[in-house]
Amino acid sequence: MSESQEYKYIGQRTIRPDGFDKVTGRADFGADLSLPGMIWGKILRSPHAHARIKNIDTSKAEAHPDVMAVVTHQDFPAVSAGGFAVGEGQVDFKDLSRNVLADDKVLYHGHAIAAIAAKSEAAAEAALSLIEIDFDVLMPVLDIAEAMKPDSPLLHDDLFTQGLAEQPEKASNIASRMELKKGDVDAGFAAADVVVERDFSTPTVHQGYIEPHATTVRYDEDGQSMVWCSTQGHFDVRAIISTLLSMDLSKLKVVASEIGGGFGAKTTVYLEPVALMLSKKSGRPVKMAMTRDEVFRASGPGSATRSRVKIGATKDGTITAMQAQLNYAAGAFKGSPMGPGCMTAFTPYDVENMYVEGYDVVVNKPKAAAYRAPGAPQAEFAAEMAVNELADKLGIDPIEFRLQNAAKEGTQTIYGPQLKVVGLVECLEAAKNSPQYKQALAENQGRGLAAGFWFNIGGQSSVVINMKPDGTGTIVEGSPDIGGSRASMQMMAAETLGIDTSRLTPVVADTEHIAYSATTGGSRTTFATGMAVIEAAEDVVRQLKERAAAVWNVTVEQIDWADGVATNVASGDKLSVADICETADKTGGQVSGRANINARGAGPSFAVHLCDVEVDKETGKTGVVRYTAIQDAGKAIHPSYVEGQYQGGAVQGIGWALNEEYVYSEDGVMENAGFLDYRIPLSSDLPMIETVIVEVPNSFHPFGVRGVGETGIIPPLAAVATAVSDAIGVRMGDLPCSPPKVLKAIQDAS
Amino acid sequence: MAKVIFSSELQLLTGEDSVSIAATNYRDLVAELLLRYKKLSEGEILKMAVAIDGEVIPDPLLEPVPSNGEVHFLYRISGG
Amino acid sequence: MTKTHVTTTVNGEDTEFLCEPNETLLSVLRNELQLTGTKEGCSSGDCGACSVTMNGRLVCSCLVLGVEAEGAEIGTVEGVSNKENLHIIQEKFLEHAALQCGICTPGLIVSTKALLEENPDPTEEEVRYYLAGNLCRCTGYDKIIRAVMDSAEVMRGGA
Repeated sequence: MSESQEYKYIGQRTIRPDGFDKVTGRADFGADLSLPGMIWGKILRSPHAHARIKNIDTSKAEAHPDVMAVVTHQDFPAVSAGGFAVGEGQVDFKDLSRNVLADDKVLYHGHAIAAIAAKSEAAAEAALSLIEIDFDVLMPVLDIAEAMKPDSPLLHDDLFTQGLAEQPEKASNIASRMELKKGDVDAGFAAADVVVERDFSTPTVHQGYIEPHATTVRYDEDGQSMVWCSTQGHFDVRAIISTLLSMDLSKLKVVASEIGGGFGAKTTVYLEPVALMLSKKSGRPVKMAMTRDEVFRASGPGSATRSRVKIGATKDGTITAMQAQLNYAAGAFKGSPMGPGCMTAFTPYDVENMYVEGYDVVVNKPKAAAYRAPGAPQAEFAAEMAVNELADKLGIDPIEFRLQNAAKEGTQTIYGPQLKVVGLVECLEAAKNSPQYKQALAENQGRGLAAGFWFNIGGQSSVVINMKPDGTGTIVEGSPDIGGSRASMQMMAAETLGIDTSRLTPVVADTEHIAYSATTGGSRTTFATGMAVIEAAEDVVRQLKERAAAVWNVTVEQIDWADGVATNVASGDKLSVADICETADKTGGQVSGRANINARGAGPSFAVHLCDVEVDKETGKTGVVRYTAIQDAGKAIHPSYVEGQYQGGAVQGIGWALNEEYVYSEDGVMENAGFLDYRIPLSSDLPMIETVIVEVPNSFHPFGVRGVGETGIIPPLAAVATAVSDAIGVRMGDLPCSPPKVLKAIQDAS
Repeated sequence: MAKVIFSSELQLLTGEDSVSIAATNYRDLVAELLLRYKKLSEGEILKMAVAIDGEVIPDPLLEPVPSNGEVHFLYRISGG
Repeated sequence: MTKTHVTTTVNGEDTEFLCEPNETLLSVLRNELQLTGTKEGCSSGDCGACSVTMNGRLVCSCLVLGVEAEGAEIGTVEGVSNKENLHIIQEKFLEHAALQCGICTPGLIVSTKALLEENPDPTEEEVRYYLAGNLCRCTGYDKIIRAVMDSAEVMRGGA
C-alpha cells in the first residue's frame, strides 16, 4: 500500500548496499578486527552487589610472565562531574568513569574493578584470579520501593535529590524528581463517572543484541590512537574517551565497525577506555570482547519501573483526568529514562487535565542504558493498561474510546508544545479496518490493543557525496547503520540526483573522514542524516548544472535539470551525470557535494498494535496467535526495512511482556545471565507479524519522513498483557506475564 | 512579545510557569531570562531542549523568535 | 599446554592448524584461520550465531573443540556461495530484507542450508522449529521465515 507512484526510487524495495557482505560473512563487526602484535584484555568483575573496596593488590598479576598490563580506576585521570547528552540523556562523566572501572565502591554484581592484558585471551582470563581485593561487603538495595525509603542503605553518600522545591540536606537514593501538569486533575476526577486506579510494575530487561560489546584499540603516544568498536555513535565515543582519558580529540580516531544490534545500549562505553589504557601501558594493540554473561551483568539494561496510574472518564467516554506516578530504577548511577517516560505516558490522548510525577532511583543493579524509545514502553504500558480497563468498565470498544480521546494536530501536550500533524487517528482507523480486528477469537484466546507515542529526534548530521569520473558517487556519512539505513541514504540520494541506486555507494566513515554526526538513536538517522544526504545531493546537482553550463559555454539559467540529465534549453543538447563527471577535470576539478546540518522538525510517530493470544490454562503458558503492528512512518523510504522495524519492535515488546526479566537472588546476583534462562523470543514462539504502514507526511522533511525505529516497542507491552488478561479474566499489571505468574493469577481467581 | 513556558525543572528556579519576553531572537531571549531570574544559570538552560512554535530545535542559539511566538523549554530527549 | 596439530577440511579446502586442547572450533575458525564470518554471540550454544556444519551436520561451533575437527569436513558461511554467485538462500535473504544488523545472518544462512538439504519442502512450522536455535533480535523472524520458504520453493525448482 505504501509503494509510491510519484517517486522513482523512494518506496521501492531495493537490495541493500551492504547486503552482500552481510550474507557472505565478509562484514566486519566489533570482534572481527585483529592487529599485528595484538594482545587480549579481560575485566575482573565484582562478586558483590554492594561493597566498599578497601584495597586492590595487583602485584602478583603484574609479576606474571604472560601479563602485559594491569589497570584499575587509579590509572585514570580524575574526572569532575559534568553532563553530556547522549543515548539515555545526560551522561555524567564522573559516574561513567566509575562505571567503567569502580573507584572506592562496587555498586552491582559484575561491576568492573580491574583489567588485565595478556598474550592470549585465556592467559588474561586466568591471570584475573591473581588480583587480590579486600572488600567491606554492604547490604544491597534492589527494589525501587525499598531504595526510596528514607532508611534504605545508600549507594552514594553524595547523591542529593534534584528537582525538589527545597534543597535536601540528607543524601538519598532518589536522584531526581520531575513533575508535569496540565489543567486541574482534581477537578477532572470530580467530573468523572468512572475512575480506574491501579499499580503496575515492569522488570529489568536487556536489549538482547546478539553481538556482545567488543573493541580493538591501538594507543599511539606521539600520533593518533585508534579505537575500533561496535557503537551507535563513534563521534560520541571519541568525546567520552577524550574526557575519561584526558586526550585531545585530535589524538583519537574512532572507527565504527558493523554493529550487531544496539537498541540504544551501544550509545555509551564500557570496554573502550579500559582497552586504550591497557594499550597505553603495554605498548601493544589490545582486543577486548564481553562474554554473554558480562553483557547481561555489566552492560546497560532497560530500567525496571513501579508505577501507579489513575484515569477518570464520563459515561459517554470522555476522559476527564489522567494521573501517574512513575518510578524508574536507574541502576547504580543516576539517569534512568524517567523524563521521556513522564512525557510520553499520556501523549496519545487529548485530555484537559493531566498530572505526572517521576522519580529516578538508584539501586544495586547495572546502570541502565537507553533501550528503544527509552522510558516510554514502561510508562505507556501502565497508561494503556488503565485506558483499556476504563474502556471495559464503560462498555466502549477500545478503538472507539481512543478515537474519542485521540491526540491530533493542535493537542496541547503535557510536556510543552502543541502537536503538529500526527497520524494516531489514521492508525486507529487502520486497526479498526484490519482483518485481525474482524476475526472472532477461539476458546482460551484473548485480544489486546494499545497505542504508542515517541517523539523522534533530529540533531547533527554531516554528509559528503564524492562523484567519480564515471558518474558514480560515494555517499560518506557518519551515522552507524544499525538496521539498513545505508539503503535509505542511497535511495534518497538517487532520487535527488536522478541516477540509479546502484551507482551510489554509501559509506559510514570514521571520525577523521567526515565531520561530527550525532549518535544513531532517537530514530533520527533516516530523518536527519537523510536530510543531510538530500542537501548534499542538491549541492552536487547545483555543481553539475554549473559544469554543464561551462561545457556549453552558457549560463546556469540556460540549463534545465531533470532525471539526472542536464538539457541546454537553447540547443536541446543533453549531458548525463556521467558525461559531466567524465569531463570534470576540464571544468574545474572533481565534484563533491556537502551538507552539515543540525536537523530540526523531527516528526513524532504513533503506533497501534493488536495482539491475540492463547493461554494454556493448565500451565499458564501464553502463545501469540496473531499480531498486527500499525504505525505512521510519515513516508516509508524502503518499505521492507520499515516493516522490519515494526516487526522487530513488536517482537522485542512481546518478549518484554511475556518472558524477559532479570531474576535476582537476595544478595543481588543475577541468576539468569544467559540466553537459555533470559529467554528472548525464538522463531518457534511467534506467528507472522502483520504490518500496516500509515503515511501521514512530516512536513519538515523533503520526503515526509518521520523516524520509525523506536515507537514499535511501546504498544506491545500493554497489547499483550491486555490480551492475556482478556484470555484469563484477570488483569495482569506486573510484567512479564510468564507462565508461573499467569498460572498463579488463574488459580488465585478461581 | 514572545511567550516563554518553563519546564517543571526550570519552574523551580523561575518561580513561575511562564513569562512574556520582548526578544526577536533566542540569544537575546536567554540573556533577558538570565537577567530576570537570578537563580537561573546558562547551564540550566543549555541542558533543556527548546521548541519555538512547536518545532523542536536542538541548538537554537541563532534562531529568530516570532513576535507572538511560543517558546517552550523542555526536557531534552535523545532516544535509543 | 602443548598445542595439538589438526588436519581437517574447511569449505572443501585441506586445512591444518595448531590449537590448545581446550580451544573451541569457533575460536579456531575466528582466531587461527581468520574465518570471522562465523560469529560469537553467547559461547553456550544458545544463540546459533556460530552455526557451522561438521560432516554435514549442523553444530554450534562454540560447543565443538578444535581438536574434534581432525579428519572432519567443516562448512562455514564463507563456503556457502561459489566464487561467481550468491547461493539462492543468500539472494532470498537480501530480497526479503531478512536481516537488519546482520550479526545472526551467517548462522541463519548456514542453518537454512542444512534445513533445506534435510527437508526440501518444509512447512512454516517446521522452518520455525528448525531455526529456533538461531536467535535474531532485530527482525521478529517474519522476513527470515519468508526468505527460507521462498528459497525452498526456488531450490525445488518451483516458481
